[in-house]
Amino acid sequence: MTIEEIQNEIIEEFSMFDEWMDKYEYLIELGRDLPQIDTKFKTNEYLINGCQSKVWLNAELKDGKIYFTADSDAIITKGIVALLIRVLNGRTPKEIMNADLFFIDKIGLSENLSPTRSNGLLAMVKQMKMYGMAYNAKLNS
Amino acid sequence: MINLEKIRKDFPVLNQKINGKDYVYLDNGATTQKPVQVIDAVADFYRNTNSNIHRGVHYLSNLSTKLYEGARAKIKHFINAEKESEIIFTKGTTDSVNLVAFSFGERYVSEGDEIIVSAMEHHSNLVPWQMLCERKKAKLRILPFDKSGELEIDKLPSLINKKTKLLALTHVSNSLGTVNPVKDIIKIAHKYKVAVLIDGAQSIQHQKIDVQDLDCDFFVFSGHKIYAETGIGVLYAKEKFLNAMPPYQGGGDMVDHVSLEKTTYLDAPFKFEAGTVNYVGAYSLGLAIDYINTIGIENIAKHEQDLLQYATEKLSQIDGLTIYGTAKHKTSTISFLLKNIHHYDTGMILDKLGIAVRTGSHCTQPVMDFFEITGTVRASFAFYNTFADADRLVEGVLKVKQMFE
Repeated sequence: MTIEEIQNEIIEEFSMFDEWMDKYEYLIELGRDLPQIDTKFKTNEYLINGCQSKVWLNAELKDGKIYFTADSDAIITKGIVALLIRVLNGRTPKEIMNADLFFIDKIGLSENLSPTRSNGLLAMVKQMKMYGMAYNAKLNS
Repeated sequence: MINLEKIRKDFPVLNQKINGKDYVYLDNGATTQKPVQVIDAVADFYRNTNSNIHRGVHYLSNLSTKLYEGARAKIKHFINAEKESEIIFTKGTTDSVNLVAFSFGERYVSEGDEIIVSAMEHHSNLVPWQMLCERKKAKLRILPFDKSGELEIDKLPSLINKKTKLLALTHVSNSLGTVNPVKDIIKIAHKYKVAVLIDGAQSIQHQKIDVQDLDCDFFVFSGHKIYAETGIGVLYAKEKFLNAMPPYQGGGDMVDHVSLEKTTYLDAPFKFEAGTVNYVGAYSLGLAIDYINTIGIENIAKHEQDLLQYATEKLSQIDGLTIYGTAKHKTSTISFLLKNIHHYDTGMILDKLGIAVRTGSHCTQPVMDFFEITGTVRASFAFYNTFADADRLVEGVLKVKQMFE
């Protein structure tokens, strides 16, 4: 599936929820199910500083593709992190750099990405793209 | 007694649905809502009166000036200052503290001197003093508080010495709700001839303030936390300090005579009000004070204390809920955490339930560090809040628990 197709799949999943409560319960579930990040990455070096909830992010390049692991101290944030990883995991640096992440808005979670929410998510999207750029440069060097 | 039904009609923001639910606004510690008596009069001012103050000969400029100075008189009366000239209009509490940190610092603080603050200060009453100390190579000393959120006042005398110039202290903790016994503390400080600044950002809206009775040297607060517009604040200072301190900013409206070689300044308060001040904000603050006076600050305090007691009791019954700040004297502010649930998650779900609270460190990171937490959920009540609002909060918290457990 392409990045676009996975996003459409997520949008369809979320369209089944009539109640906001079900949507958040699903996010909480996703947050709980997010694979544990290696504890050696839960340091300040990998911390994306949000004002309220913390996000740790690591990215590794394998066979020309990027694989992310992440964690957050807030579960809703972690659920959204899980969605971002689902969309961007196993993609080439170039794909990640150029990804248009339209699903966040479409599933009604864009409020979580506004700078005033200060939950580290906006910074996380930026950081994922930075990894894309950095590994892209590395591949081309 | 206050008539809540009538009062709530005065605050349009409260009478709407947010996320499909009747709005419960419990973020009054961050800012308060405005009554129509303020909103309408300000709109009317722009429609019919607006002119710059102090410099016009024309009719509306005089009227505008009169309203601005009228607001100063109302504030003088409201906090019982001795003179109107002791009331300086600023942009807000932060601006007022910075003014004192600069002007008092220039006049009185030199290398090796000391300033005392408490460990529960809002960053706005901490960072300006850190900056002053850095600039002057002075030393900042910290008055600690205990686990209940009460200041360890017995430690104050040991922090004071001949080098101590000023004690800057919050009247009420914005994150814990503690009401500090500032009158007693001021007495101790004055015994050692140490000047005292009281940060009243979280007290002015909750209790009667009498600066002469407190005998504080400086008292600062913001308009927007007491039902007026944003961008207006007050610095009360004793006249002797205002006369001795140099101006904070230079510009128009604060000068006596200007030549290219030398400028002489007007007396206080104008010496400290450079440029076009926020005269509409000042006017709105006067209106907000009128509004409070019609209800009575004592009545406000009584209702808020009832709300505090009611909500504290109900929240305390929730299993796994910890309240941070359990001082004997508190304002209607409750900081809490649910066991194993992040404050951000709690706040997000409460928002979805139409309940506005603040989450995070509340600009008091040292307080969070003391309790070894990253933040809390803070519910702060105002006099227009109801017992039903407290019930909705409790229901909301129970829902959060159910969702995350």
